[in-house]
Amino acid sequence: MLGVDGLDVHLGGKHILRDVSLTVADGDTVAVLGPSGSGKSTLLRAIAGLVPVASGSITWDGKDVTTVPTHLRGFGLMFQGYALFPHMDVAGNVGFGLRMAGATPREVATVVGSALEWVGLSGFGDRSIADLSGGEKQRVALARTLAPEPKFVMLDEPLGALDRSLRERLLVETRAILRDRGVTALVVTHDRDEASALSHRLALMRDGTIVQSGTLEEILSRPADDWVETFLG
Amino acid sequence: MRPIRWGRVLVAAVPAVFIGYFFLYPVGRILALGLSELGVGSDGVEARLFRIGWFTLWQAALSTILTLLAAAPMTWAVSQYEFRGRKLATALVTVPFVLPTVVVGSAFVALGWRDSIGAILAAHVFFNVAVVVRTVGALWSRLDPNLHDAGRVLGAGEWKVFRTVTLPLLRPAIAAAAAIVFLFTFTSFGVVLILGGFRYATLEVEIYRQAVTLFDLPLAAALAVVQLVGVTSALYAYSRYQERHTTTWTLRSEAERLRPTGRGGILVGASVLGTLLVLAIPVARLVTRSLQPGSYRALFRDDPVVGVPMASTGNSLLYATIAALIAVSIGVMASAVITGRRGRLSRWFDLTLMLPLGTSAVTIGFGFIVALDRPVDLRASFWLVPIAHALVAVPFVVRTMVPTLRSIPAETREAARVLGASPLRVWREIDLPIVSRAALVGSGFAFVVSLGEFGATSFVARPNTATLPVMIFRLLTRPGAGSFAMAMALAVILAALTAVIVLWIDRAQFGEIGAF
Repeated sequence: MLGVDGLDVHLGGKHILRDVSLTVADGDTVAVLGPSGSGKSTLLRAIAGLVPVASGSITWDGKDVTTVPTHLRGFGLMFQGYALFPHMDVAGNVGFGLRMAGATPREVATVVGSALEWVGLSGFGDRSIADLSGGEKQRVALARTLAPEPKFVMLDEPLGALDRSLRERLLVETRAILRDRGVTALVVTHDRDEASALSHRLALMRDGTIVQSGTLEEILSRPADDWVETFLG
Repeated sequence: MRPIRWGRVLVAAVPAVFIGYFFLYPVGRILALGLSELGVGSDGVEARLFRIGWFTLWQAALSTILTLLAAAPMTWAVSQYEFRGRKLATALVTVPFVLPTVVVGSAFVALGWRDSIGAILAAHVFFNVAVVVRTVGALWSRLDPNLHDAGRVLGAGEWKVFRTVTLPLLRPAIAAAAAIVFLFTFTSFGVVLILGGFRYATLEVEIYRQAVTLFDLPLAAALAVVQLVGVTSALYAYSRYQERHTTTWTLRSEAERLRPTGRGGILVGASVLGTLLVLAIPVARLVTRSLQPGSYRALFRDDPVVGVPMASTGNSLLYATIAALIAVSIGVMASAVITGRRGRLSRWFDLTLMLPLGTSAVTIGFGFIVALDRPVDLRASFWLVPIAHALVAVPFVVRTMVPTLRSIPAETREAARVLGASPLRVWREIDLPIVSRAALVGSGFAFVVSLGEFGATSFVARPNTATLPVMIFRLLTRPGAGSFAMAMALAVILAALTAVIVLWIDRAQFGEIGAF
């Protein structure tokens, strides 16, 4: 279980996150929903250990990981722009996490093969990143994030950069992959439909704080304030 | 508290110690020595410093003006018009610029120009035309042609438009080119030493004479102080100019160039062919004078004074290899620090590493023999030559690496960290493969710099391990037709070696870049 408790983050003299608390139960997916600039990405980066935390704590199964360096946390993060490694082919990208974990080349090859299969890109292993379409990049990024089987996965606007029809198809696929693999996940998005499609638990974020959380129905039936009502309306 | 990252500390410490001990400390010793000499004020020192400083200044200013004028027709032709062979012409005009100064000096000696101010100025123009063609041409080719046309519509003639519209718009590029040419000619050493004879000496040449020939180290140090003050004020003036004149005009992307027709065609052809022909004369003369019977064969014979002249080729290649390895190692570490965490440390590093570029090679070599007697006496060490060359080459390596490293988005590295890569592993998996091509190009630059380096080497080279430029200089300053022909032959070999590496860099740089 992931626990975030009273998290404050300052960046460049600005107070980006204020007293953010949330939990994600094992095997569950929570969506953080909010307008751009509300601090959603920073929340993921703080949980991943990519930005320093001013106060508060991040725990995994009750153990404090706030000061654990990023590469030792064992969390996965899929970046908004995918951040694929331009100098490696598809297989090199997908197998990267396993190589870092010290897997043998044979193990890496096996896992890369099956990871590419889940995302429907079998046989794409030796493609260059530059030759991939937007949708293919998204799927490679997803495979790269999930291949090392991280205990916890974060997805930053996983479908944000894609056009509408592709988005709808990949939304279904992504949800299926997350469910089938029983992944514990935190998804960040500014799109209400995407959020509710990927998870049934939402956390609404605005100006660096979580305004309200619960299922979409709960929030819609009792919105905390006018802003929540307008934003979800 | 943040734990100390020892890897990071080491990566910053190695280049810092290198620059500190081999550059800042020697320059500090020179400053101390030179300032105390100036304080003592021996008889006539000031008048002498003033005379040499004044000559250095005016020959540099005159060289700069002449270079700008000489380069104007070619710059106009290649930036404004499209014609067959335009790219080749631009490449050919760059050849003199990459030639080692000793080769340029030899080429003008081959023309029979020695001991004259005319030869010095001509060699400076020959050497620097490419700076103007490339710097000014780059801006000129991207000026919006509508500005020119608007001037014409408003009733100005072609010449008037050039004076009132085009020239003012080109001013930043002209200033940049002039600043570079001025700096090169102000610190010119090899060319002036070879062509100036005993009558003409720049600060650089006089530092060399006082230190190496006359062993007057304090006077040499005083000259070095004047030289440092001159270079620093020139750089300061230029950076102030740049700050005040930062401009953002509408530039077109470099695309449609006109094809010259009629009278324009004749003018373009005359400009390009004329410039190339004039530039080719010294090189052609160098080659023909090297082709005297037996001159190349004589290079392999043992000479009682200079040894086997051809052995200097082996020495140069060995030194260049070591210097390139040192320069790339230091440059890679330094670039990692510069592009790593943004902050005062990184900016300080960037600036300090560029200093050897602004200082002169002569000052670096002089600094070595003044200062490197502590803690161990390194002054007779084999390593002094490659270290001096590496010091001169590090700025080139850093300038090639930093833009490539900066072009890697932060997210790419973060993605690797999230996937379990330690900081060192991130560097190895992400940065290193991406920059290895840049590092290769950087090492090529370092190799070329080392091959042609003369200023610092003339101080630190040991008699039995002369480099190519040092050997050429020795043969050139020795009386006798045989020595002269051998000097010409060695200069041709050095020029050919340089050309091969420069061609290789050129292809490596533009061949596959942009693959990702």
